[in-house]
Amino acid sequence: MDIANYIYLSVLLFTIGAIGVVIRRNAIVVFMCIELMLNAANLAFVTFSRVHGNLSGQVASFFTMVVAACEVVVGLAIIVTIYRSRRSASVDDASLLKR
Amino acid sequence: MTTSTNLVYLISLPLFSAALLLLLGRIADKWGHIFATLVSASVFVIGVLEFFAMQGRDGEARAATQKIFEWISVGTFQVDASLLLDQLSICFVLLISGVGTLIHIYSIAYMSHDRDRRRFFAYLNLFIAAMLLLVLGDSYLNLYVGWEGVGLASYLLIGFWNQKPAYATAAKKAFIANRVGDLGLSLAIMIAFTQFGTVTFAGVKEGASGASAGALTAIGAMLLLAAAGKSAQFPLQSWLGDAMAGPTPVSALIHAATMVTAGVYLITRSNFIFDASPTAQLMVVIVGAITLLFGALIGTAKDDIKKALAASTMSQIGYMILATGLGPVGYAFAIMHLLTHGFFKAGMFLGAGSVMHGMNDEVNMRRYGAIGKVMPITAATFGLGYLAILGVPPFAGFYSKDKIIETAFNAGGIEGVLLGGATLLGAAITAFYMTRVIVLTFTGTKRWDENAHPHESPFLMWAPMAVLAIGSVTSGFLLSSGSALVNWLQPVVNEHNERHSEEFLPPLVVSTMALVVVAIGVAFAILKYRTVPVIAPLDVSLFTKAARKDLYQDSFNEAVLMRPGQKLTAVLVTTDYKVIDGLVRSVGWVIQTMSSALRSIQNGYVRSYALIMVLGVLALVTAIWMVTL
Repeated sequence: MDIANYIYLSVLLFTIGAIGVVIRRNAIVVFMCIELMLNAANLAFVTFSRVHGNLSGQVASFFTMVVAACEVVVGLAIIVTIYRSRRSASVDDASLLKR
Repeated sequence: MTTSTNLVYLISLPLFSAALLLLLGRIADKWGHIFATLVSASVFVIGVLEFFAMQGRDGEARAATQKIFEWISVGTFQVDASLLLDQLSICFVLLISGVGTLIHIYSIAYMSHDRDRRRFFAYLNLFIAAMLLLVLGDSYLNLYVGWEGVGLASYLLIGFWNQKPAYATAAKKAFIANRVGDLGLSLAIMIAFTQFGTVTFAGVKEGASGASAGALTAIGAMLLLAAAGKSAQFPLQSWLGDAMAGPTPVSALIHAATMVTAGVYLITRSNFIFDASPTAQLMVVIVGAITLLFGALIGTAKDDIKKALAASTMSQIGYMILATGLGPVGYAFAIMHLLTHGFFKAGMFLGAGSVMHGMNDEVNMRRYGAIGKVMPITAATFGLGYLAILGVPPFAGFYSKDKIIETAFNAGGIEGVLLGGATLLGAAITAFYMTRVIVLTFTGTKRWDENAHPHESPFLMWAPMAVLAIGSVTSGFLLSSGSALVNWLQPVVNEHNERHSEEFLPPLVVSTMALVVVAIGVAFAILKYRTVPVIAPLDVSLFTKAARKDLYQDSFNEAVLMRPGQKLTAVLVTTDYKVIDGLVRSVGWVIQTMSSALRSIQNGYVRSYALIMVLGVLALVTAIWMVTL
């Protein structure tokens, strides 16, 4: 199997994630799309690790997973708090910073 | 040179008194005038003691110096606050403190009804201190401090009754006209410093012998401008008439006897510059000749007694300035006329004040008449001053003014004839306007206001007038007998008695001519003012109209300087507002517009931020890709 296909898949996943972040309003979905982009990056790291024949990429993907796990904790906490106070998980409703 | 330790008291005593009276405020109201007068008298006593001490010394040792402190010390530039009392300064010290003390005594009575009498005396002492610093400074910079100090005192005293807006304006006018002159003095000091590297009189005198003609002429012209400002000479003469807004003792002390003669002092002190620059000397005599006629002409038409005397002061100082421009011969005569003028003009001003005091502060001579009968002492002292200014022998003016006329004729050539003619004509006009003042005020019929009850002034007022009248009678004879003053001043002004070799007219002829023109002037005035209408007639000659308006000096200043100045200011303000502020504002406007355009993308939606971030990353990646390819 051609190793380039992994890269194509990674690009596809990243694009889907990016488009999802931009066009979706539900904070949970946006959040999932971010996770998708992180995992696309992970896939690319692992693939390149294989191509170059060393473990640097794999190590980087572990770091990404740890960061992603922390991000999930903080991000979900923020989303839950916003939902509690505003009864909505729409990211457009939480646009108060412009003022 | 002798070192003295007493000179500083001449300045510090009145300065301390002024500060004390101003700081203590109303507490000092009861004794402030007595204290100030005693201080002034003690300054006079110190001056007299110094004068006798000076006569006990000979030659070089006559001049005394005192270094008070090191003032400026920058590299090679050294200025000490030092005082110099030489043969020239002592004349001024005695005049200032002597006449000053008499006028202090006079003011005790004259200002007795004024609630601010203490403040008045504080200012008078401030003036004495500043004027003494002016004549005692040993460098142009020290002189400049005193020069500004007398300007300040003059401003404060002209505007003493500043509750009247016209008086406050007169004070400002005097101050601003003086500022123009001060500019000349500061420029002269700067040129002297660049040329000679020093500003002391001795240093500049030393350097002047080797300096270029251009530099000396420039310094001379700037000094002349300074003298014109302070001494109310053409073209800065317009402030003196309005300065009569101040109380009459001020007019007598500052605007007749002392401060306005500072210009004569400055030129005499700078004799080494003017002697080395014939161009500057020519400018000096021209200014003097113009002013002596200008002032005399104004004096012929003034109905305000103080303004008539002010015009006369301007004219008499014109004589002095003219004399200083005639070279080494003239300085001593200028100083002699200055001293005699200090006596007779101060005396006449005090006489005018005495008349005003008795006439409810009326200054219009058309409302006077026949005052000689009710105020005999005032009339007598005024009359002696009148004879002195006319130059009738043996009164003071005969010795000083005729010497100036004689020296002017002896200047030689066409210049001598022109200058001599101008001084003779001035003497005739002086006789006319002074006779007019006498006739309108002291003789003729009563034209008084119904409320006026003139009476002789108290002793404290007529005693100083009497002393000054004695001075008007005797000072000329005393100063000129055996050429006393000329010999006394010789070390300062470098006069070498060369004048007798080239006499154009002998003294007797000059005196006769002067007496004849004076007699014509007197006779003309007596004939013309046999009857005096109370309201000034309007159908008068163009010439009288012009003289009543001060020969249009104010109109000229307003048309040539003030209005163009205002227009220029308006243009500058508009330029500042439209161009400079416009530039600044348009920069602000551009940034504001751009930022409000940019602000629209700060919409608060996380999605749009994310989109921009993605686009940015794409752009970055593309850019890197393009570069690496």
